[in-house]
Amino acid sequence: MSTVRAAGILLGKELRLEFRSRELLSATIIFALVVVVLFSFAFDPTASESRRYGPGLLWIAFLFAGSLMLNPSFSREQINETLDALRMAPISPFAIVLGKMLANFIFMSLAELILVPVFAVLYNISLAGIVWRLVLVLMLGTIGLTVTGTVFSAVSAHARMRELLLPLLLLPILTPLLIASVESTASLFQELPALDRTWVAFLAGFDIVFLTASWLLCDYLLEE
Amino acid sequence: MKARWFFTIIVAALIFLAGYAALFVAPDEKTMHAVQRIFYFHLPSWIAMFSALCVVFYANVAYLVTKKRKFDALGVAGVEVGVMCCTIGLITGPLWARPVWGIWWTWDARLTTTFILWILYISYLLLRGLLEDPEKKATLSAIFGIFAFLDVPLVYLSNRLWRTQHPQPVIAGGNGSGLDPVMGEVLLLCVAAVFCVMVLVYIDRYRLELLRNECDELKFEIESRSVQAANLGGSATRRVGS
Repeated sequence: MSTVRAAGILLGKELRLEFRSRELLSATIIFALVVVVLFSFAFDPTASESRRYGPGLLWIAFLFAGSLMLNPSFSREQINETLDALRMAPISPFAIVLGKMLANFIFMSLAELILVPVFAVLYNISLAGIVWRLVLVLMLGTIGLTVTGTVFSAVSAHARMRELLLPLLLLPILTPLLIASVESTASLFQELPALDRTWVAFLAGFDIVFLTASWLLCDYLLEE
Repeated sequence: MKARWFFTIIVAALIFLAGYAALFVAPDEKTMHAVQRIFYFHLPSWIAMFSALCVVFYANVAYLVTKKRKFDALGVAGVEVGVMCCTIGLITGPLWARPVWGIWWTWDARLTTTFILWILYISYLLLRGLLEDPEKKATLSAIFGIFAFLDVPLVYLSNRLWRTQHPQPVIAGGNGSGLDPVMGEVLLLCVAAVFCVMVLVYIDRYRLELLRNECDELKFEIESRSVQAANLGGSATRRVGS
């Protein structure tokens, strides 16, 4: 079976599993919302200040929410040792990782789809005219987040205190992604929005580097 | 054993000589004066750290390819030594920056990069502490080590694009840069001395890790043997009793 088809089937399984309960998605959205609201208490932003702090705040909320949401991705498979069953299937290990990456990407995108409009309302930022460029930035940032996050979720799944360990491993690795996403989002929130191409290219580069690395390393990641 | 003592004594002599040269032989800097002398240990500690972490990257890749335990030992020893050198650099940097820049710390490209690097490799050690199974520990920490190493240039590039304040390379940084020849010689001595200390500690830590692994294996064998013996003994008495 081709890797893409196997990954597609696994993606279907992940989506079915999630949409039966929807607990992961709703918890992620509420958590990110809480972060956004708490920031407004901590900084009390006025309109011009929210242009400056807004992008950073938005991405910190995504990163924190993502590092919590990605935890069950692999640890969920351990309860009934279903990861062993997946490993025994005649598919490449990358298909398993890719399926999970795609599922996490979809969950994260759904969370962002709800959060960004709420954020725009709460912080008085007009999204008119920048929607598609913002979608591009969000997509590139989310790919980077879910690619590294899924791999690290598999790493931390075997450890003690894994809920605490995953953010600890993931957030420092994501610093370049945070800077690039914040800067490119900030370039869109200006009075005259102009997408900063350097940062978009940097984001794409980040995604490519870590996607390639996880493709090369996934055999070792899933071995028993 | 004899060679190790010999090497240790040479390195100890070298580091004292380097300290003396940095404090008394090197000429005074025009604007920064005595504070500048910390540079003779600041730069070498970065060079030592960077060499140690390159060995770690090699060890991580080699472990995944060959699955030999000695590469895992090489990796963890290198991370510990690298973190130690990084800590020295992170302490000497602010000590210099306070009188010269007027601030302890600034979020400049190089400073931020090394700070993130430090956190990344501490997380590596933390991850190892939280994994039980030795083989999982070795494999997963090697994967994390490779990701961390790949991340470092990206962190640097992103901060470089963002903002930078650290002095540009003075030694080969284009026109108007360059060191006094005596300063250059002292610096070279210090680099060699600190590098040798790093190598010495690295080798010792590597040996210790190998011994630890051996010890664990022996313990495991003793345990399995005593379990076996207990089982045999138990069945023997049962036979006698019946």
